[in-house]
Amino acid sequence: MKTLLILGAGTGGTMVANKMSQMLDMQEWKIIMVDRDETHYYQPGFLFIPFGIYGPNDVVKPKRSFFPSNVDFIYSDIEMIEPEKNRVKLTKNNQVINYDQLVIATGSHIHPEETEGMLDGGGWQKNIFDFYSLDGTTKLSRFLKFWKGGRLVLNVAEMPIKCPVAPLEFLFLADWWFTERGMRDKVEIVYATPLDGAFTKPRASSVLGDILTQKGINIETNFNIGSVDAGKNKIKSYDEREIDYDLLVTIPTNMGSDVIERSGMGDELNFVPTDKHTLQTQKHENVWVIGDAGNVPASKAGSVAHFMLDVVIENILRAIEGLEPLPEFDGHANCYIESGFEKGILIDFNYDVEPLPGKFPLPGFGPFSLLQESHANHWGKMAFRWIYWNILLKGGEMPFESQMTMAGKWS
Amino acid sequence: MPETIDLTILETLDFDDDGFMTDANDWTPAIGKAIAAALELELTERHWDVINFSRAEFAEHGDAPSLRKITKVGGVPTKELYVLFPGGPAKLAAQIAGLPKPTGCI
Ligand SMILES: Cc1cc2nc3c(=O)[nH]c(=O)nc-3n(C[C@H](O)[C@H](O)[C@H](O)COP(=O)(O)OP(=O)(O)OC[C@H]3O[C@@H](n4cnc5c(N)ncnc54)[C@H](O)[C@@H]3O)c2cc1C
Repeated sequence: MKTLLILGAGTGGTMVANKMSQMLDMQEWKIIMVDRDETHYYQPGFLFIPFGIYGPNDVVKPKRSFFPSNVDFIYSDIEMIEPEKNRVKLTKNNQVINYDQLVIATGSHIHPEETEGMLDGGGWQKNIFDFYSLDGTTKLSRFLKFWKGGRLVLNVAEMPIKCPVAPLEFLFLADWWFTERGMRDKVEIVYATPLDGAFTKPRASSVLGDILTQKGINIETNFNIGSVDAGKNKIKSYDEREIDYDLLVTIPTNMGSDVIERSGMGDELNFVPTDKHTLQTQKHENVWVIGDAGNVPASKAGSVAHFMLDVVIENILRAIEGLEPLPEFDGHANCYIESGFEKGILIDFNYDVEPLPGKFPLPGFGPFSLLQESHANHWGKMAFRWIYWNILLKGGEMPFESQMTMAGKWS
Repeated sequence: MPETIDLTILETLDFDDDGFMTDANDWTPAIGKAIAAALELELTERHWDVINFSRAEFAEHGDAPSLRKITKVGGVPTKELYVLFPGGPAKLAAQIAGLPKPTGCI
C-alpha cells in the first residue's frame, strides 16, 4: 500500500481528501488526514459575528461530516515533518507515518504576541479584539452590544494576511451597523494600514479608497505598528506616529503553522516556499502545498485554495506516473467584498491581471458587477456559506473555472 | 566633512515612476551612494549591511526582502532599521540597492 498523507483538515485539506479519494485507486493507495481540531470553522463567517448577522453556531460543523468514508482521520497535533525521510511524527501516541506523497494544508494563524504590548499590555479582549478567531470575534460582538461609541481603530499589523479584503469589509459593515443603531455620529472610524492605500492592487485600491471616503472612514497609510500602549490606549508606529483608540480591532501578524517552523521548512513567517505555478514545494518533489500554508504571491483565501485544487490534484497524479508537474496555477482569486447596506463588490484577479471593472459572467448565477457596489454581490457573498459547506469542501464542481477568464472585463 | 558624491551618474539610468531602478543589473555601489545622497541619506557600514543583504536576497529569490525578513534573517532590529532608513526601511533599502519596489503583499 502507498500513502497519501494530508496535514491539516481545513478548507484545502478537506477538498484534497474528497477529490483524491475519487481519483486514486484505493486498492493501492491509503489516504490519511491529520488535524488537531475536530471542528471545521467557516472562517469567512467570522466577519459577520460582531454585527450579529451570524452567531457562533452558524460557522461551525464537525470536520468528520465532510470526509469521505475511505479516508483515515487522525485527531492529533502534528509534531514534526521530516521530508528527507518521507515521514511525519504525530504527538498522539508518538505515532510515525511514512508517506509517498504529502500535502501540506496547515493554513495561517494569528499571532498577536508578535506586537509589543498587544497581548500582555492589559487591554487584550478588554478594548482590543481580533475577529480572525472564533473566540475573538465572539467577544468583540459582546463588547459592541454595549459600546457607547468613541474612536474605533482598525489596524492591520503586517502583510500578508489571509483574506486581504476582510479589514475593508469590517470597516464597511461597522459603518452600516453603527448607522442602523443610530450612533454613527458617536463613532469615529479609522483604518491604520501598513499599505500605501486601501488595498494592494492599484485600480481596486483607488475604487475602495473612494468608498472609504464616501463613508467617512479615515485612513492612515504606511502605518507599521511597533507597539500598543494599552495603559494610554494608543498604538505607535515604528516611525513614531501615534493613534489614540477607544476600541482597537487588530488583524495581528499572520504566520504559518508552528509545525512548519519546528520542521525548519518555512520562511521568516513560517510559510513554506512553494513553486507559484506548480504548487510543489521548492525543496521536495513529493511534497505539495494548498491554501494559506505556502508562500505563493496569491491571496490567502478559500476561493484561491479552490482554484489551486485542480492543479495540485493533477500534479500529484502526474508525479505518481513519473511525469513533470505542469505550471498551471495562475494566482486566480475571486472575492466578494461586503460593503454594508446589503451591497457588495466583487473582485477577480490573478498574478498578472489586477482587479478590473466589468461584469463577472457566472453561468446560472451572475452576472455580478466587478469593482462596483451592487445588491447581487451581497447575496453572492451570503450564498457563499451554502456553497462552501455543500460544494466547495467536497471538491465539487463550482460554477467557475480555475484559470481566470477576461470575459466581461473592461481592461 | 562629508565626502562629495557625484549625482550625475544617476542621469544615465532608468527609474520607474516611484523612483526605483528598472534594471537591478545596472547597479553599482557608487550608484547606491548617489541614490542615497539624492534621498539625503549618508550611508554607514550598518546601512551597507542592509543593502548587501537586500541585494543577496534579490539575487536568490527575485524579490526585495520584506521588513520582517531584513529583521529576522538579516539580523537588524526593526527599530534600528527605522533609524537607518527613516520612513520606510524596506522600500528605502530596496531603492538604494537598485532593486524593484518590494511587493511583500497581495
Ligand atoms: C475573518 C476571515 C474572513 C475570510 N473571508 C473569506 C472570504 O470571504 N472568502 C474566501 O475565499 N476566504 C475567506 N477567508 C479565508 C479562508 O478562510 C482561508 O483562506 C481558508 O480557510 C484557508 O484554507 P487552508 O486549508 O489553507 O487553512 P485552514 O482552513 O485554516 O486549515 C488549516 C488546518 O490545519 C490545522 N493545523 C494547523 N497546524 C496544525 C498542527 N501543527 N497539527 C494539527 N493540525 C494543524 C488546523 O487545525 C486547521 O484545521 C477568510 C478568513 C478569515 C479569518
